[in-house]
Amino acid sequence: MKLLSAVITVAAGIGAALALYWLLNKLAELMPTKWEERIKPFFYILPAYLAIIVYLVYPAIQTVVASFQDATSTEFIGLANYTQLLTSGAFQQTLVNTLLWILIVPATTVVLGLGVAVLADRLKPSAEKLAKTIIFMPMAISAVGAATVWRFIYATQPEGQAQIGILNAIWTKLGGSPVAWLQTSDFRFNSILLMIVLLWAQVGFAMVLLSAAVKGVPGDTLEAARIDGAGERQIFFQVVVPQIKGTIITVFITVTIAVMKIFDIVYVMTNGGFNTNVLGNEFFNQLNTNFNSGAAAAIVVMLMVAVVPIMIYQVRHFRREEANA
Amino acid sequence: MTGMTAPTQAPPPSETTAEPAKRRRASSFDPNPAKAGIGTKIVLTLLCLTWLIPVIGTLVTSFRPLDDSNNSGWWTVLGSLGNLTFGNYQEAWTGSNFGNAFINSFAITLPATFIPLLIAAFAAYAFTFMEFKGRDVLFLTIVAMLVVPNYVALVPMLKIYGFLGMNGTFPAVWLAHIGFGMSLAIYILRNYMATLPKTIIESAKIDGASHFQTFYRLVLPMSTPALASFAIFQFLWVWNDLLVALVFIGPGDNEPVTLALTGLRGQLGQGWNLTTAGGFLTMVVPILVFLSLQRYFVRGMTAGAVKG
Repeated sequence: MKLLSAVITVAAGIGAALALYWLLNKLAELMPTKWEERIKPFFYILPAYLAIIVYLVYPAIQTVVASFQDATSTEFIGLANYTQLLTSGAFQQTLVNTLLWILIVPATTVVLGLGVAVLADRLKPSAEKLAKTIIFMPMAISAVGAATVWRFIYATQPEGQAQIGILNAIWTKLGGSPVAWLQTSDFRFNSILLMIVLLWAQVGFAMVLLSAAVKGVPGDTLEAARIDGAGERQIFFQVVVPQIKGTIITVFITVTIAVMKIFDIVYVMTNGGFNTNVLGNEFFNQLNTNFNSGAAAAIVVMLMVAVVPIMIYQVRHFRREEANA
Repeated sequence: MTGMTAPTQAPPPSETTAEPAKRRRASSFDPNPAKAGIGTKIVLTLLCLTWLIPVIGTLVTSFRPLDDSNNSGWWTVLGSLGNLTFGNYQEAWTGSNFGNAFINSFAITLPATFIPLLIAAFAAYAFTFMEFKGRDVLFLTIVAMLVVPNYVALVPMLKIYGFLGMNGTFPAVWLAHIGFGMSLAIYILRNYMATLPKTIIESAKIDGASHFQTFYRLVLPMSTPALASFAIFQFLWVWNDLLVALVFIGPGDNEPVTLALTGLRGQLGQGWNLTTAGGFLTMVVPILVFLSLQRYFVRGMTAGAVKG
């Protein structure tokens, strides 16, 4: 009974989406040819735009407004939320941490993802499939799951007891005394440990997109380079990389934006304690712990502003590609 | 130059077994004659092991009784093999209505994957192959929306859903995931479609194909790698999503597996050993999806289309 009603709901939902496009297309075709050509592109992008306006644009505007209001969004207080946050020492540390995440994680993700994609491409198909499945597997685990998984790496037990975290097990075997890894904030060591969790979870994402691009590089360009006597390294940097540059930039930007919003791993593993706080986690705490929707909104606005340079770069890149096409 | 043998060079006479001959024959039609050397294999094996260790640790723990996993490392499991049990799995499965939750997860995830893909594919096609006023500005607006964190939408949408009486229904979650996934989907698909050879689309136009036909017959099949990639990600994100489901559906008859898992942990307090077992149960579906879609990432799809 449950199954039947679920199947009916799913079929109705998918059917409605298909019918919408069929209708829009028919509607465009009913118009005079001159109008049809002009209106069709807008029909094609209309549903996408509706979804984005309702679920992102409208809430974003609400957020900008709320960032100039007090904790309960009842009174306008000007820039007070921003000045309070930016002058607080703890928040400045949060900004530094977020910046570190942005500097380290996206570049490492792309290098590792591209490395696996290219190296695995040389294996025989069955081995390639296995390697890619293993690297991809963490993507199938939810954040709560990932935190459980990494508990068995970073966990600390008091000295004398058996260690259940593999890192401390090795460390004590080597003669050290147990270290509370996630509480060691010298040189932001614990933040780097959290970044490793995200890398572990995200490299599969980069690998899948980059692997699709690497396989899309036409075989004859590789062959031509080989006949001309190019080495494998030259082929990679001078033939493969230029042709998949677009995908590399896509992956880099996507990961950068995901890192800026990073929330769940930090929330589950340290909740920002021991100087590991990041903007996403601070947003959540302002909203759910301090019930300060003004400060929470101000953090989101700062995030959105911080992304502007990346956006400008992306727009330039986009224009350049269009000009070359 | 580095270690490349010239194609004209004959194989050394000492190696005139069947092996090099076979290899040479294969490479004559193999589009990628680069073979993995020993270094490649070692690097990949090490990486894969690093990636696997946390998962193996969790898998082992999911079969161990709570006392064992609290008092000794999972790698010592060989010393206490007799203690291994399916108890965690049994408790996880019966402790919450997992069968029901699986149906719900499918009912949420399938439309929330398919519909955004459909909408994004149409939009990406329009942005790539159609000429219209304000095209670049409209596309860049979508890219700009990539930076808006999903969680800003939760509170405003909850109010709207409450007004419409949609809270707790499947369509409420579908629509939310459609909105959240849309800008990334269009971005990825458009970037891919832009690499497709324009000449094919133009020749289809000259042959009198309508936009709908070009889209359906040419562009969609040629975009399979990008479509498959995005389908995998959207499926995983929705399947593993906790936040959206928690806010718009909540615990109860329509709850997906992630909620069931969390509820399980809450009921039993010290239930993190059940999360290892429950976590593996929920992982099976995404892994199967990945394995079944993986074969669509085929080399030379665009190249083949140009030649044909």
